[in-house]
Order: sequence, then structure tokens, then C-alpha cells
Amino acid sequence: MKQPGRILLGLYCLLVAVWLVAPTIVVVPMSFNDKKSLAFPPSGFSWQWYQNFFTNPEWSASLVGSLKVAVVTALFATVIGTLAAFGLDRMKSRVSGVLRALLITPMVVPGVVLAVGIYAVYLDTRLVGTMTGFVLAHTMLAVPFVIIAVSASLEVFDKRLETAAASLGATRLTAFRTVTLPLIAPGILSGLLFAFVTSFDEIIVALFITSPYLKTLPVQIFSSITRDADPTVAAVGTLLFIVTSLVIGAGLLIGSRQGKR
Amino acid sequence: MASPSTRGAAIDLKSVSKHYGSFIALDKVSLRIEPGEFMTLLGPSGSGKTTTLNVIAGFTEVSSGSLDVGGKSVIGVPAHKRNIGVVFQHYALFPHMTVSRNVAYPLTLRGIANPDRAARVRKALDMVRMADFGHRFPSELSGGQQQRVALARAIVFDPPLLLMDEPLGALDKKLREWLQLEIKRIHRELGTTFVYVTHDQEEALVLSDRIAVFNQGRIEQIGTGRQLYDEPETLFVGKFVGDSTILRGAASTSGNETAIDVAGWKVAAAKRLADGAKPVMLLRPEKLSLARRGKGGQDRNTLPGRIGEAIYLGSGSKYEVVLADTSKAIVRSTLEAETFAIGDEVDLVFAGSDVKLLADDENADFTLT
Repeated sequence: MKQPGRILLGLYCLLVAVWLVAPTIVVVPMSFNDKKSLAFPPSGFSWQWYQNFFTNPEWSASLVGSLKVAVVTALFATVIGTLAAFGLDRMKSRVSGVLRALLITPMVVPGVVLAVGIYAVYLDTRLVGTMTGFVLAHTMLAVPFVIIAVSASLEVFDKRLETAAASLGATRLTAFRTVTLPLIAPGILSGLLFAFVTSFDEIIVALFITSPYLKTLPVQIFSSITRDADPTVAAVGTLLFIVTSLVIGAGLLIGSRQGKR
Repeated sequence: MASPSTRGAAIDLKSVSKHYGSFIALDKVSLRIEPGEFMTLLGPSGSGKTTTLNVIAGFTEVSSGSLDVGGKSVIGVPAHKRNIGVVFQHYALFPHMTVSRNVAYPLTLRGIANPDRAARVRKALDMVRMADFGHRFPSELSGGQQQRVALARAIVFDPPLLLMDEPLGALDKKLREWLQLEIKRIHRELGTTFVYVTHDQEEALVLSDRIAVFNQGRIEQIGTGRQLYDEPETLFVGKFVGDSTILRGAASTSGNETAIDVAGWKVAAAKRLADGAKPVMLLRPEKLSLARRGKGGQDRNTLPGRIGEAIYLGSGSKYEVVLADTSKAIVRSTLEAETFAIGDEVDLVFAGSDVKLLADDENADFTLT
């Protein structure tokens, strides 16, 4: 009785998994195509599109641009998001509920709406196409992810440990540094990773505020694929897929390890 | 180590109140604890005993009143500057530190460096018999072991005062009884003032020099275990400390004698309360005896009843007797005494001189959680 049910459940799960991952996986064989086309299945094998990605200055410049923006964004978002999460955690619950909802809005509001708003403001303030502009916009988008990750670890953090630290002679700052911070560090780290990834593959806002002088990788991919069917896009896609999978995987691993303690 | 007599701090609470909005957690509590004393704050949940502890520790600010520790006022002094050891019910060990680092934590904060620090950590762990566990993490220890480490951490910096908030509440009975003896030994060896919060009256009797019984934000009585058991001043204390039988009914006084009518049966004691108070009688289980119906004798107080529950205790028996007014009496008898079975018709017999006459009090009921 039990066996057929289990097999059916397994098949169903497999189907869902394939459905979720297949579009991503399709990119992988396309990136090894020997012709300049995005045909699937590919007609032959070559590494040339990977080579193109690393040698063509247009591609490498956008990669460097993306990395710069993402690193700075991740740092800012982590500091701001962690402080916000900490503040929300220590507030009266009625006030913090409203504030939390407000701080999460960048995640909920449609990207295009945000992008239009940001673009309008940036035109006046001459932030279009600048590093500052990118970091500001992406930090705003990334902060909610940090708040959620850090809040989750604050939720399981036993505040009574801070009381214990105080009874042993620790000031509030010392207690935070020696007890709270080490115990919520996994949450902060996974927030940092999510913030990095959020910035690194953000496209909508980036399309609006980009300029020929500062392009991020997703923008470069988008303009490349709309201009011609360049399989370099597939190569980049494959690389991104691998890197983000590793980063997110690491984040989840850290998160789950924290839960076990 | 200094001599025990000089190591403990005196604590003096004078008319301490704590309000949370309209809720009164502490209502003008006054309590003096002598240096080196083992004082237990006993009461049901919500009685104010933990609030009192938190006030002394500095976790809660008082609404009014004065609080001196070691002869100095500590009102407004934050917890981290009070130099008071605290042991929590939930252990509160730092999970990311080993046992040794947990115990070293208060020393590090006080700028005490190795090798002095390591020596003191070892000494504290020795005292709680956890010396072999220094390299372990708290998650690798049992509840009893964790609490002993927490105790070591709370005494390693030689505080003149140690506060314990139901430290054995999460442990099973056998372990609890053993750790009670350990805590008594440590108190004797350190000479520190101990303030211990519990809702377990047996635990309070085992541990304490004196016990303060809390009810509804006030102290009902302060005294040794024997004083509370033998001479309860209020009905609440009589009911909370030890087993007791309460006899209620229409009361009449003549001269120096008070009689109570329990469903048509009069019992009397040669005592009387101040005028205006409604008297009830309180009797301890060992002051009551049982006889077959009609064989109770005439010279003593006698009430008819039926055995509702009979419990064999090894050292004797405990009976629950349902009286004529459906109230229950608790009787303890020795091994030599006659035994009874559930349903037996009996006479409850007691001497008027063993009766505690107390004022009735509708706030004397409590729930244990």
C-alpha cells in the first residue's frame, strides 16, 4: 500500500524540480555551441564563448562594474539591515510591525515602478550612470533581504543571555559584541550573501540608470541578446548559475548550521 | 579567600514597590537579609518573589522605596555595576563558548588575566565538581551539569551576594534533591549571602536559614522553616508551607474560647482572635489522629468523616478524610497506628491546644504552575 504512494510522490517531486530548473539548465549546452547562434540543441562543441567573455573588454568591464557595485552594496545593506533588524527586535511589537512592513516594501513594490521613480529622481540629481547611483538603488533593494535574514536569527537568539552577561559585569555594548553578535553572525553573513546576489543580478533598475560608462553584467547580457544572438550570453549565464548556486548554497548551509546549535 | 563572616553582603529593602501600569507587582515590600544568610523567597507564581530578585539584581528598577546592598544604596545602579552573581532557571550559558570560557567571562570583563584567571576558573569548576568538563560546550552537557557550570560562573568573581531564580526548576526530582545539598554545601564553603527564589516549599525548608513567604506582591511572613510550619501568622502561610487541614464554619466565642461549627459538629480551642476577624482552624497532619466511628473519646475534639484516599508512604500512611461539610482533612499516621481503607467511617480527633486559630482570608488560595 505504502510503496506505490511513495513512488508517485517521488515522481511528482522530480517533475516539479525539473520544471523549476530546466530553463536554467538549457543554457548550459547552448554555451558550448560552435556556431554563433542560440540554437538548442547545439550543433557542436567549443569553448570560444567563454574565451570571448574573458577577453572582450565590453564583457569584462561590465563584470568588474557589477562586482564593484555588488560588494559595496552588500556592505552597506548589511550594516543598515542589521541595525534595523536589531532595532525592530527591541521595539514594542505594535510599532515594529508597521516599521518592518515599511522596510520590506522594496521587495514587494513592482521593480518597474521603483525603477521609474529612481530614474526620475536620478535625472534631477545627476546620479544616472554613476557608481553612487547604482549603490544607492541596489542598497535599497538589498536591505529587506538583510533585515529578514538577521531578524530570523534574532528570533531564535535568547535575549536572556544579554541579561546574564549584564549580571556578570558586561555593559550593553560589551554584551552585544561578545554574546549577541557571535550568536547572530550566521544570520548577518547569510544576509550579506543575499544582498550581494540581489545587487549582482538586478536588471530592471539597472536598465533605467545605466550609461555607456557604467554597465552591470545583467545590462550587458540584456543589450547583447537584444542586439544579436551571441552565445556569450549563454556562457555568462552558465557561469552566473554556478557562482550564485554556490553562494546561495553557502548561505543556506550557514543558516541551517545556526539552527542546530 | 576571606573568612566566611566578612564575605556576605547585607541586603535591606525598605518599602519597595513596583508597578506595571495599574498592576502592582510589589506592594511596599520590606526585607532585611543578614550577611552570609541563606534567604529563600517562597511563593506561588505571580506573587512577586521573582520581581524582588530582579530588583536586587538590577534587571528591574523599583517604582518607589529604597534598596541597600552591603550598606550602600543601589537604586539607579545598572546591573553590570552591582557585582552580584545570578543563577537563572534556564541556565543562560553562552552556547558559543566552552565551559571554561563561560566561567572565565566575568573575570575577563574585570581585566583579570592568565594565569590568575585560569586558576580561578579551575577553582570554581572544582567547587561545583565540573573540573573535567572545561573544554565541552554547554550543548554537550545535561541540564544538571549546565546549572552547575552556571553556578560556577556566578561565583567565580567572588560576589558578596548570589541570587538564584528557581535554579532547579527544570530538573527532575532526584537530581533536584541532590543539587539542593550541593547548593547548601557551596553556601557553607563560600559564606556568601544567598537569595533563592522558589515555589517549592519543601525545597525552601531544605535550603534556607530563613524564608520570606510572598503572596500577591506582599510578604506574608518571614521566619525559619520551623516558625512558618509551627506558627503560621496567616492562613496563606499555613496552607502554602506544609500540608494542612482547614476547618471553616460559623464561629462563636465565649471568654477565651473559640468554637467552630462544622456542619453541625462543634470543635473548640482555648484561643481567640482580635475582634472583627472571622476565625478558621488550621491543623497539621501529624496533630490529627483517626479512630473507628464512635471510638474517638469525649475529652477531645471529634469530627465524623469518611476515608477518601489512603496513601501508603513507607514510613507511615497519609489519609484524606472527607468531612461532613465535604471539606477534606489530611492526616498522617505512624506505622504503629491502626490502618484504614477507602470508604471507612472514622472519627477525626484532635486536641484544642494543637489548633492554630487564624483569620479567614479569601486571598489565601493559590495555584502552582
